[in-house]
Amino acid sequence: MLKRTPLFESHRQCNAKLVDFSGWEMPLHYGSQLEEHHAVRRDAGMFDVSHMLAVDVLGAHAKDFLLQLLANSVARLSRPGKALYSCMLNAQGGIIDDLIAYYVADGVYRLVVNAGTADKDLEWISRRRDSAALKVDVVARRDLAMIAVQGPKAREKFWQAKPALRKDSENLSSFSAEPAADWLIARTGYTGEDGFEITLPAGQAEGLWESLLAAGVKPAGLGARDTLRLEAGMNLYGQDMDESVTPIESGLQWTVDLSGVRDFVGRDAISELQPARKLAGLVLRERGVLRAHQKVHTAHGAGEITSGTFSPTLGLSIAFARLPVAVGLGEEVSVEVRGRNLVARTVKYPFVRHGQSLIDDQLA
Amino acid sequence: MSIPAELKYTDTHEWVRKEADGSVSVGITHHAQDLLGDLVYVENPQVGREVKKGEECGVVESVKAASDIYAPLTGKIVAVNEELADAPEKINEGAYDAWMFRLQPAEPGELETLLDAAGYGTLVESETH
Repeated sequence: MLKRTPLFESHRQCNAKLVDFSGWEMPLHYGSQLEEHHAVRRDAGMFDVSHMLAVDVLGAHAKDFLLQLLANSVARLSRPGKALYSCMLNAQGGIIDDLIAYYVADGVYRLVVNAGTADKDLEWISRRRDSAALKVDVVARRDLAMIAVQGPKAREKFWQAKPALRKDSENLSSFSAEPAADWLIARTGYTGEDGFEITLPAGQAEGLWESLLAAGVKPAGLGARDTLRLEAGMNLYGQDMDESVTPIESGLQWTVDLSGVRDFVGRDAISELQPARKLAGLVLRERGVLRAHQKVHTAHGAGEITSGTFSPTLGLSIAFARLPVAVGLGEEVSVEVRGRNLVARTVKYPFVRHGQSLIDDQLA
Repeated sequence: MSIPAELKYTDTHEWVRKEADGSVSVGITHHAQDLLGDLVYVENPQVGREVKKGEECGVVESVKAASDIYAPLTGKIVAVNEELADAPEKINEGAYDAWMFRLQPAEPGELETLLDAAGYGTLVESETH
C-alpha cells in the first residue's frame, strides 16, 4: 500500500497522473510536465513536498549534536530563521542523505530530509544521539505538510492567497525562514527560482492548496521538479549521490565545512580523500536525450551519467556525469546514447538560474 | 479518447493508415503518447530503407523516457514527416494526425494481420488494468 500525503485528494481533483515515488503515491504531472516547468520559470507553480520528512531536534544540546551530525556547520546559522544545506555522512564519508537544517530558535532545529531515506535517517540520527550521550529529543513530524511555491511570481501570488502572512514573510532573505503561528515560511526551494516552502499542520494543507490555486498558482508534479532542479544544478539523492560516494565526488565540497577542529561524522575520511572522480555538467551537442547510467568516454577515462534530461528552458539535453577528476571544463566527451556515440561538452553548472541560461557563453 | 475505427494497430502501439497510393502512414497511438508524456525528440528512419515487420526503425523520446518505434509491416520507407523534428509536440497534440513515416508494403495482405480498433482497444484495456 502506497503512502499518501494530506494533499492526495487535491491532486486527484487537479487530474494528476500519480506514480510510486519512494513508496509514496505522488503526482508525476497534471497533464503536461513541460507546461508545469515553464510555469515555474515564468510565473508560479506549486509542489506538494509533504512526502519529505521534517525532523525536529530539540533541547539545550541540539546545536552541539548537529555540529557532530552534519558535514556543514550549523555554527554558520548566525541567527534564528537561517537555513543551511548539508550532507549527513557515514564514517567513510559516504552520503547518508542531503537535507536542509533550519535554526528555528535556540534549542529548536528542524531538518528536512528526503522521503526515500526518511526511515534510515531517523534510525541513524537516533543512534548518533544515543552514542553522543547528549540529551536531545528527535521528533519526526509526520503531522506536518509542506508546499513549495516557486517562480518569479510565487511570492506575490502567495501573498495574494494569504494576505495576512505578507508582513511575516515580506522581508525574508534567501535561505531564511520565519515562523507564523504553527506555520514555517522559508524562502528556499529546489528549482533555481524565487519562492517559498511552507510547512504547516497537515489538516490545513488542502486549504492553502485551494487558495494558491485560486491565486493562479499552477500545480506541478515530480516530472517538472526533476527538470527544474537539474537545470538549477541541484543534486538528487539516490541518483547523483548515495552512500557509495562522498560530497567531494558529488560537486558538494562547498557544503563540507572543514574549518577549525569541529569533529563531525565522516571528517577523517573526507580529509584524507584523494578523489578520482567528480561531478560534471554536460550539454549534448547533437539531437537526442541524455539519461542516467549512459556511459561517457573522455580523454582521461570513462564515466557515467547520473541524471540526464531534456532541458525545457534551453531546448537541448543536459546532464550530470561522474567523470575522472582530470576532465576539465569545455572538453568534448562522447556519450553512448542508444547504440550511438554522441558529442557532449562539459560545462560549469547551474545551467539555468532565475529563468536565464547560464551556459550560452560556454557553448559559443 | 476513442480509437479511430478506420486505422490498423500494432501491439507495440503504432497506428497504420492505408493511403490512396497504396502506401501506409505510420504514427504512435494516443495511448502511447499519453504514457510517454511530453515528447521532445523524434528520430525517423531514412527514406529508402527496407524494413522488416517488427524491426526497430525509429525513436520517440519524451522528457521522461525513450521508446523504440517498430515497422508495422515489411516494406520500404518512402517518406518521413520532417515537421516532427522541430515540433515533436504535434504528436501529443493529435497522435492520429501526426504521422511519422510512410511505408510501401512489400507483402500484400500483411496489413490485414494487424489489430483493428476493437482489438487494439482490448489491448490498451488489458495494459491499463
